Amino acid sequence: MSAAAKPTHVPADQLPDAAGHFGRYGGVFVPETLMTALAELTAAYQQARVDPVFQQELRHHLKEFAGRPTELYFAERLTQHCGGAKIYFKREDLLHTGAHKINNALGQALLAKRMGKKRIIAETGAGQHGVATAAVCAKFGLDCTVYMGAVDMERQALNVFRMRLMGAKVTAVEAGQKTLKDAVNEAMRDWVANVRGTHYILGSALGSHPYPMMVRDFHRVIGQELREQILAREGRLPDEMVACVGGGSNAIGCFHEFLSDKAVKLIGVEAGGRGIRRGEHAARFEGGKLGILQGSKTYILQDPDGQIELTHSVSAGLDYAAIGPEHAYYRDTGRIEFAYATDDEVLEAFQLCSRHEGIIPALESSHAIVHGLKRAKALGKDKIVIVNLSGRGDKDVQTVQRLLEQKA
Amino acid sequence: MDRIAQAFARTRREKRAAFVAYLCAGDPDFDTSLAACRAVLDAGADVLELGVPFSDPLADGLTNQLAAQRALEGGMTTARVFELVRRLREKSQVPVIFYTYYNLVFAHGVENYVRAAKEAGVDGLLVLDLPPEEADEVLAACTKHDLKTVFIVAPTTPAARLARIGAAATGFIYYVSREGVTGVRDQVAANIPEALARIRQHTALPVAVGFGISTREQVRQVARVADGVVVGSALVNVIKDNLANCAGLPARLRIAAAELVSGTA
Repeated sequence: MSAAAKPTHVPADQLPDAAGHFGRYGGVFVPETLMTALAELTAAYQQARVDPVFQQELRHHLKEFAGRPTELYFAERLTQHCGGAKIYFKREDLLHTGAHKINNALGQALLAKRMGKKRIIAETGAGQHGVATAAVCAKFGLDCTVYMGAVDMERQALNVFRMRLMGAKVTAVEAGQKTLKDAVNEAMRDWVANVRGTHYILGSALGSHPYPMMVRDFHRVIGQELREQILAREGRLPDEMVACVGGGSNAIGCFHEFLSDKAVKLIGVEAGGRGIRRGEHAARFEGGKLGILQGSKTYILQDPDGQIELTHSVSAGLDYAAIGPEHAYYRDTGRIEFAYATDDEVLEAFQLCSRHEGIIPALESSHAIVHGLKRAKALGKDKIVIVNLSGRGDKDVQTVQRLLEQKA
Repeated sequence: MDRIAQAFARTRREKRAAFVAYLCAGDPDFDTSLAACRAVLDAGADVLELGVPFSDPLADGLTNQLAAQRALEGGMTTARVFELVRRLREKSQVPVIFYTYYNLVFAHGVENYVRAAKEAGVDGLLVLDLPPEEADEVLAACTKHDLKTVFIVAPTTPAARLARIGAAATGFIYYVSREGVTGVRDQVAANIPEALARIRQHTALPVAVGFGISTREQVRQVARVADGVVVGSALVNVIKDNLANCAGLPARLRIAAAELVSGTA
């Protein structure tokens, strides 16, 4: 299979195909027990996405409950600090529950209600998706169980408490390396066992069809708002846009609206961890290869036998061995470029943003900031760079405090 | 006739169900696993289903997850799994089915993997996370190298999919009697006869029933209606319970398996 062959151009609104493929990526790779549930979910979503009543209800909750639209913010002092392009932040960190994740959680909870499912399960890494899911379940009166790796529960203890406050059952996953990937496995096992009455709110643009498409669609509001905001503010589109990529939901939500604007450079930033060495990072395009994990064909960090490799990132939300299939597709076409940021760079950007802007960014989003600042420095003052600030960093302050003390 | 068809034809002549024994390849290490496989074959297993250990076995319950973890920690690799089959073939002609996940097949190139499996003496391939809709490449390679395919039917599988699954399978159909992952259950599902009748409208292949069958009585109940009975976790648990006594493990496993096999008559 040649990775060099560039796929023929397919308009963005025609992807994925009916079977969930983005070119050679994506698809439906799940146990038989889930096939019917996924087909039903796909059908229900296809109806909901063209149903004006559903879309209006979603818009209502996005505004009233989540706090949309989010602002486009001019990061003036970081711009001065870099001395190059103007830096804007899309403030998804201002959303209720602290990150973009609420866009998707609201959409899927409404869909679950529409399908008559009373029980919700979810996985979470950093806890942001778990908190968003717990919140929407409380709001809509749905039973909620969140699977979370035991290691992540420790590093994101505050989010565990938040979920429990909102009535969710948080179940520790002790298998594997006890992080996001293992939580997905456990959530899928639960779903296999309880498929008839349960909806699985997957938290990123990952997994089997229809999730990569559906999660993307629920986050497209980010790019749609952005487009209007930057046009109103600057009278033109940005030169470059930067977003962090774990599974890739905030990035694809942010980028999708701009895919056909070829002059806008789109850059996804992966977790470089302690550097690109086996087991020390989560940058799938640096050392990963094509494979199948948790429902989808995509780039995966794995050994030559296909065993999934350990990953590391300072941010639990990016600490995952596979990347969303749509990102893999647009990397092949060259439409989305990818870079990575290391833990050290991320810690520095986290502090820099806090000091210069009075905004404490999530460690995940700090990956995007690292690269956004690099690009701003490299570009002239007449250029515009937008960084998607996907979440706030309140959940990370203890982690950062500990890491800074270790360094001192 | 291939080894799988022969095994089911023989058990049908003997008016009993085939006993399909599941063990995780390499659990807890190569030598003990080889002895364990031979023990269940000695006990009268008609088909050996070998779980190929994967780092992320999302269709497996805790018992098989831990078995896979032990096997991987014990140094199991794709090459060693093939080696295990070659060693089994020295003394046995019992059909061997790989129970695996797609990434392990895909990583070496689908056709390379299928050819190597066939050469090692594997008879059939069951890929847990590969529905017929995504299986073209695997089906083509299996046809080319004459490796049989096994597909799962679940209680949630609608009639419309049964024809597609029936068309893709060439070895046997594995009916999962419970929604859920692998593991021991207290009761076996009551609606198995209806489900089997539904499946048999779409395929002439043997239908084995598994997931949650762990006692002789449960084997007996299922054997009355199915062509084969799959027992996994109950055998894997014998390994787990005798990890401190690997020398005595095969004898204990043989006794446990023989007891279960006696339920097929």
